[in-house]
Amino acid sequence: MDDIFNALILLSNFVIVPGMAYGSQLAIGALGVTLVFGILRFSNFAHGDTMAFGTMATILFTWLLQGWGVSIKPLPTALLALPFGIACTVALLLLTDRWIYRFYRRQRAAPIVFLIASVGVMFILNGLVRFIIGPNDQRFADGERFIMKAREFKRLTGLSEGVAFKTSQGLTILTALIVAIVLFWFLNRTRAGKSMRAYSDNEDLALLSGINPERVVLITWTITAALATIAGVLYGLDKSFKPFTYFQLLLPIFASAIVGGLGNPLGAIAGGFVVAFSEVTITYAYRKFLAYAIPGDWAPEGLVQLLSTDYKFAVSFLILVLVLLLRPTGIFGGRTA
Amino acid sequence: MSFLSGDNMTGGYGGADILHDCTIGVEKGEIAVIVGPNGAGKSTAMKAVFGMLNIHQGAVHLDGADITALSPQDRVAKGMSFVPQNQNVFTSLSVEENLEMGAFTRKDDFSGTLAQVFDLFPILKEKRRQPAGELSGGQRQQVAVGRALMTQPKVLMLDEPTAGVSPIVMDELFDRIIEVAQSGVAILMVEQNARQALNIADKGYVLVQGRNRYTDTGAALLANPDVRRAFLGG
Repeated sequence: MDDIFNALILLSNFVIVPGMAYGSQLAIGALGVTLVFGILRFSNFAHGDTMAFGTMATILFTWLLQGWGVSIKPLPTALLALPFGIACTVALLLLTDRWIYRFYRRQRAAPIVFLIASVGVMFILNGLVRFIIGPNDQRFADGERFIMKAREFKRLTGLSEGVAFKTSQGLTILTALIVAIVLFWFLNRTRAGKSMRAYSDNEDLALLSGINPERVVLITWTITAALATIAGVLYGLDKSFKPFTYFQLLLPIFASAIVGGLGNPLGAIAGGFVVAFSEVTITYAYRKFLAYAIPGDWAPEGLVQLLSTDYKFAVSFLILVLVLLLRPTGIFGGRTA
Repeated sequence: MSFLSGDNMTGGYGGADILHDCTIGVEKGEIAVIVGPNGAGKSTAMKAVFGMLNIHQGAVHLDGADITALSPQDRVAKGMSFVPQNQNVFTSLSVEENLEMGAFTRKDDFSGTLAQVFDLFPILKEKRRQPAGELSGGQRQQVAVGRALMTQPKVLMLDEPTAGVSPIVMDELFDRIIEVAQSGVAILMVEQNARQALNIADKGYVLVQGRNRYTDTGAALLANPDVRRAFLGG
């Protein structure tokens, strides 16, 4: 009996808990992509680097607060710095809109033109972040590292396997839940949120109803900046902050948004978890799990790992290709990518 | 001069002129209908009155004021409301949200207007929580008209409100439009179903190739043998 529990605990520790945390991070990232796609009508390739910028700003404020000796132990100081990071990112996105996207909006440019412009923004942000904080790994998590340590878990349960639950993982899951609830409340219950959905649904009719498009755009960028910063900071707390990693996150984030249906917020959340769990389950080595789950000496000799973790991006890519081939509108039906 | 009038309008979408010296007007509480063959410029005339295309000659007046230079959004603020022919509802929003968006420019409490629209179209009250995209064609048109009424407009402009609905639904919709007119709203409408529309019209405009061909009361146009032969199928 203990073997079954050990097998399940092992799976929780290495698949379910990390998958939930990573899925939450992807979900918040994908929400930003899907909002920009639904309302501003283009795929924002700069989103990964927007996350990097927001995280960088938050890290700088974290260091400042740490320098002053401010702390909210056991929670990481970065949470306190987060609102300042968001404010910087909002300012940045509103400036890029003023300087770049607004020009194309007035020209009523095709979505592909916006997409290419966003690639340009991506490169500039990429350079800006490296210029300010450098290309290297930054760890900025402080406070209590674990909610539950594996050793404590073993002592409490008497099992030989334990579940470690990191503070960053708990924070990530909790924050994702709060963000999703607040966002859906905003979109479905407030006048501004409804006007955003109306604008996304039918731009011409929104104009006829007296909805001011520039205001909708402003709100959209503000929310996108907040979502990008939150996703980036949570990812950075959970793993570490490295500008290049954030650029690479673009692929799983877009895969998440497209799997759920571009422009559909609920789909973005579901897509985040689909992509995260696919990545984690396919790259996990099941040998030890099988050793517990299978009786006797049948335990396999190999690692029983379907794909090396080095290839984890291949999983997102494969999901992306499959969805685009088989169901281009995504699981929940958004617009075609 | 009429309460709303587009006088001697000449213009188009940027290329060749579509309207030539075209005049259209409607009084408060009246229904004016624009009819004519395909490509006569009916919808174009309507859009010109609403400011959706440039007219380089002529003028548009509302309640005595020249509004020729105003954008469509500014005309909404002046009390005009427009129901386009296609894509005239927010399909992913619920019926009630559609109506709320109609009242977007209003800062006051619009629950009274909402109740009036629900009185006018009881089926919408029943389906208030349903996405407008899931409704039938006729119900969608009711949502579209209801949305336009939420600003409490002085002028309601309808571009082929009965396109694609069954004859029964069409009669029903016309009855509601008459009700709206009786409440003092000026109604300007483009219609493909010329005979039925002229039946309820106080005033009719027959356009051909962007010009006024016949202008008279609805009843007189229906009685005119030339109009009957050429435009109403005998």
